Amino acid sequence: MQETITNTDFEVRSLDSICVNDSRLTHRWYHNIKYLIVGILFGIIFVKAEIISWFRIQEMFRLQSFHMYGVIGSAVLVGMLSVWLIKKFNIKTIYGETIVFPVKAFNKGQIYGGLLFGFGWAITGACPGPLFAQIGTGATVVIVTLLSAIAGTWVYGYVREKLPH
Amino acid sequence: MNFGEWISRPWPWYVAGPLIGLTVPALLVLGNKSFGISSSFRHICAACFPGNVPFFQYDWKKEAWNLFFVAGILLGAVLATQLLANPQPLQISPQLSAELAGYGITEHNGLLPSQLFNWPALLTLRGLITMVLGGFLVGFGTRYAGGCTSGHAIMGLSTLQWPSLIATCCFMIGGFVMANLILPFILSL
Repeated sequence: MQETITNTDFEVRSLDSICVNDSRLTHRWYHNIKYLIVGILFGIIFVKAEIISWFRIQEMFRLQSFHMYGVIGSAVLVGMLSVWLIKKFNIKTIYGETIVFPVKAFNKGQIYGGLLFGFGWAITGACPGPLFAQIGTGATVVIVTLLSAIAGTWVYGYVREKLPH
Repeated sequence: MNFGEWISRPWPWYVAGPLIGLTVPALLVLGNKSFGISSSFRHICAACFPGNVPFFQYDWKKEAWNLFFVAGILLGAVLATQLLANPQPLQISPQLSAELAGYGITEHNGLLPSQLFNWPALLTLRGLITMVLGGFLVGFGTRYAGGCTSGHAIMGLSTLQWPSLIATCCFMIGGFVMANLILPFILSL
């Protein structure tokens, strides 16, 4: 793939040129079932801890409740500790591969995009994961919000080269 | 307290937060996957309507795990709602409740205010801004930033990447400005 601008999207591993030792294994589709199961557990946590609630996000941005700060803060701490343990004990994947961590380079998109996402987060009361979960709780109209988010991503891809990065 | 009551109670932050944190090593150990949800939007674009846009010309099937993951989130929410739902109304802060009442949002039985998020509201300016423009900003902003709360705030900070800290701070600044300074006007429409 030819890209005129360097990769700014560190979630899409197969595009990340820095990841030279990224997985070369190819798996049949049903190997993805394990990610479906992690997703199901994740969706249950989202609903049970009310993280996908528009009200909880409003409380967070108005400093009216500690709940979301506790959730995100403790998630980051557990994530940090896990990554430290993986590095320290050189833990491998279940396929025996070395675990790699993509290095994120700074670009101005993290500021401009970050602010725009912050606006959207406070309006919709949802970041991308909760959008999927809100639909699952029966709020069918959030399908419109999700489609609009996909449209937003498409428009970003379309105008990307004209934007400051 | 009986079992049904125990299972239906909302989970506190110190249960949910660490479990979410464990998603990071779970995805890494299961197949070297970096936790990140917003890229699913990009894969959907690449799979369904790539057009001639270079940003969507890649082998999205290599990233299909991410689509299984978000499908799981939706299914998990269905399961939790059907089997483990809390029958009590959502407990929200009295200040928020008072503020929202001023905008005609008085009902908070569910996780979302049904007076703001419903199909007929799409025909109102307030509903159009909250659901359509709000969603657009989420999709545009996360991809511009190269990640969302999961990719930057959780995965990025867990791996001690300072660009993710900048992104996370900008998410929060944007949220504070919107919720306190701009959203009151939108909700008053």
